[in-house]
Amino acid sequence: MALRTIRIFRGTAGNGTFVDYQVEVEEGNVVLDAVLKVQAQLAPDLAVRWNCKAGKCGSCSAEINGLPRLMCMTRMTLFPPDRPVTIAPLKAFPLIKDLVTDVSINYHIARQIPPLRLRPPGPDGIRRMTMDDIERAREFRQCIECFLCQNVCHVLRDHPENWALFFGPRWMVRLAELEMHPLDDDDRRNFLKEKAGVGYCNITKCCTEVCPAEIRITDNAIIPLKERVADLHYDPFRWLLDRLRGKRPIPRPEERVEKAAAS
Amino acid sequence: MAGYRVHEYDVLVVGAGGAGLRAAIAAAQEGARTAIVCKTLLGKAHTVMAEGGVAAALATVDSEDNWRVHFRDTMRGGKLINDWRMAMIHAQEAPDRVLELEEWGAVFDRTADGRILQRPFGGHRYARLAHVGDRTGLELVRTLQQKALSLGIDVFMETSIVRILKDSQRVAGALGFRRDTGELLVFRAKAVVLATGGIGKCYKVTSNSWEYTGDGQALAFWAGAELMDMEFVQFHPTGMVWPPSVRGVLVTEAVRGEGGVLLNSRGERFMFHYIPDYYRAETAETPQEADRWYHDKRNNRRPPELLPRDVVARAINAEIKAGRGSPHGGVYLDIASRRSPKEIKHLLPSMYEQFAKLADVDITKEPMEVGPTMHYMMGGIRVDPETAATSVPGLYAAGEVACGLHGANRLGGNSLSDLLVFGRRAGIYAARYANSLPQAPTFSGDEVETAANELIEPLHRADGENPFALQAELQETMQNLVGIVRTGDELKEALHKIQELKDRTKRVAAVGDVIYNPGWHMAISLGPLLVVAEAIALSALERRESRGAHTRDDYPKEDPHQASFNLVVSADLQGRPQLRKEPRPEMPQELKKILEEV
Ligand SMILES: Cc1cc2nc3c(=O)[nH]c(=O)nc-3n(C[C@H](O)[C@H](O)[C@H](O)COP(=O)(O)OP(=O)(O)OC[C@H]3O[C@@H](n4cnc5c(N)ncnc54)[C@H](O)[C@@H]3O)c2cc1C
Ligand code: SF4
Ligand code: SF4
Ligand code: FES
Repeated sequence: MALRTIRIFRGTAGNGTFVDYQVEVEEGNVVLDAVLKVQAQLAPDLAVRWNCKAGKCGSCSAEINGLPRLMCMTRMTLFPPDRPVTIAPLKAFPLIKDLVTDVSINYHIARQIPPLRLRPPGPDGIRRMTMDDIERAREFRQCIECFLCQNVCHVLRDHPENWALFFGPRWMVRLAELEMHPLDDDDRRNFLKEKAGVGYCNITKCCTEVCPAEIRITDNAIIPLKERVADLHYDPFRWLLDRLRGKRPIPRPEERVEKAAAS
Repeated sequence: MAGYRVHEYDVLVVGAGGAGLRAAIAAAQEGARTAIVCKTLLGKAHTVMAEGGVAAALATVDSEDNWRVHFRDTMRGGKLINDWRMAMIHAQEAPDRVLELEEWGAVFDRTADGRILQRPFGGHRYARLAHVGDRTGLELVRTLQQKALSLGIDVFMETSIVRILKDSQRVAGALGFRRDTGELLVFRAKAVVLATGGIGKCYKVTSNSWEYTGDGQALAFWAGAELMDMEFVQFHPTGMVWPPSVRGVLVTEAVRGEGGVLLNSRGERFMFHYIPDYYRAETAETPQEADRWYHDKRNNRRPPELLPRDVVARAINAEIKAGRGSPHGGVYLDIASRRSPKEIKHLLPSMYEQFAKLADVDITKEPMEVGPTMHYMMGGIRVDPETAATSVPGLYAAGEVACGLHGANRLGGNSLSDLLVFGRRAGIYAARYANSLPQAPTFSGDEVETAANELIEPLHRADGENPFALQAELQETMQNLVGIVRTGDELKEALHKIQELKDRTKRVAAVGDVIYNPGWHMAISLGPLLVVAEAIALSALERRESRGAHTRDDYPKEDPHQASFNLVVSADLQGRPQLRKEPRPEMPQELKKILEEV
């Protein structure tokens, strides 16, 4: 047990400030524990989102000492005991109150993505896929929709007007998941370029750095999507051939590196 | 809180977990104008946390499996007081519901020949759980959420429903409020599907989140529907016990399904001492036999670690009480000495991460410390097995909030399949009912006014008790007096305390305003929590035997006569809970035969 100072942003848009609270922190406590103690004991109207307390639901995103993280997976021991731990709401989204922001734009984007279109199943009606087939997309399917990547992507964070042009990293991950579904039968290249705005990403990798699901967003999702789009625009004839032969697999990162090294 | 906005739908689905999403999809596909309301953001419901898998007799791993065996396992796990019609429908329809998810884009782990892989779980005779590593719920929720969005279903996020509105007898809609703005919302709807999940926040140590305050059970109770089997509360044998802040967080049964064993402080594999007679014939007698079972199921019997949850939870409880527990008051769960680090990380990625990040334990190198945690509510709203209709016309219920399928104890994996099978049925039958009405019944404005005033009251009290403190007292009471092992005297004491808390609830105060105010939200949740707590304690007091998850120290034996009824709680004219024994319908011969033969 130790008394720690937690400095939490309190207030609504344009009308807020940081307030210091002192709470007892126990062994093993995470930041969310400290915040919930403040809520239960000192400030019952402190707004904060959380659900699973185990890094599974992606509700509790915040900026902790300036670092975008999940509060439930950030141990208090990460920070020096003698200084306050500062907790602020995500900056890229409109503030509702305290630590809660309006992330609804993400759900509007989600609605714009057309659902998966599958190839017909085999003659026995069974959809066969091997463990190897599904391995690549599996990474993307672990996204917990914490929107930390959307929060840090400078294309959106520094230029809110870009939300109309670029879906942002979370939705690139979703599109990569669809693209790399082993039974997928759709062509999303125009959509990726024109609607999703994959071209706006300039590969800074900030999104990858903050992803709590450890998805290699830039390398494994966005760059392959960019390559797909590039294909379409350089070589429509090859695209047609690919369609006739069945869908062209996306090269794995290691193959891409080899290709790049060879050329 | 004057003025409110009115939204109009054919079917209103309350809850966006597996059951709610599946119901909404079905209702929309029946042509009903459908909306979903949920307390959190979309995709954060409890279902997202489900780990181990979804049970369905797909027979991809064990070709002997079929719906009959699944039916039998479910009934035996539930100590035969399940609704056998639900158990039958569930076992028959689960495979189609899982395959349908695959059509909608879900990607389950695969067998060598490219089909859906299934893993063994407690109480299931065959490997039956389709899974995605230990993140099955995430896959299920994402798939359903995306399907629902693609059908154009409206979603009201961070909105709580606080009353079902009726005309004289039928459902006419529901009243709710937006948590982010405090704005009052009235839904005019011909049918309402309750899919609000469980009640975990009645207890102190639980795997459930703040959301599980028994809202749906209370909404139904207040609307005149019936609750049943409320004495059956499942304690999962393996929750984390350390550090204190994660006490209760779930450690999936898949750890045992993949070979993990339970050990006491002396290093003994103690489950061999706790095999009930009922399961002796199908449980291994020695560790050697148990270990062989993982590779050769035909010639060996199941390890005792995979007995149903109630048995394992009581065994762990007994070991700890006997002084053979671990330093932090649990027992050990060891997978490290049973599987290679690579396998563990592949099969149980989120367990690996959870222990590494939250407890500084590397589960590929050392055992975990685990102990029982309140996990699942077998009881809930009484429904018609085919249509998921409650006794109130227009009110439907599915998922954890409903009851019947699991009887006295739920088998792992049977919840996710429950959500899909009965979520779909609830959606279909709610839509058909709604489509049969020319227009929504009307409710009285006074009713809305009264409810709205009650809602806002805690904010107007100048000073009063802290709602969080009141909830903590209730949790303490339920944990200590209505827990794994119960006695008549303690249950009476609990009822007394619940009465006192009910009175004090009328005096809680919330500081602040209506905008995203958790203290106020907690004050509102105390009502449902107490309805549920009282129903549990009353039913537990009435069932004078030990059966499945309900263990009475003063009536330690199962009494065959008490298999003839379920306990039903409903509101009397003053709104107080009243109990009655509902005789169980006779099971047809052919189903009885399955129980005897398979
Ligand atoms: C950690 C964990 C692991 C589990 N693992 C498994 C497993 O491997 N296999 C298995 O079969 N089962 C598992 N279970 C059980 C299973 O996940 C749950 O029983 C199931 O997900 C419940 O689903 P549901 O759709 O009924 O409710 P939920 O998924 O809980 O959804 C409830 C919804 O109702 C909403 N809601 C509640 N009250 C209101 C209100 N008043 N107004 C508006 N909306 C409201 C909530 O916001 C939420 O959207 C697990 C449970 C836990 C906690
Ligand atoms: S890599 Fe692209 S998507 Fe990710 S933060 Fe940078 S610009 Fe944004
Ligand atoms: S991709 Fe990672 S950072 Fe982005 S929303 Fe998903 S889990 Fe969060
Ligand atoms: S509370 Fe679920 S990720 Fe933190």
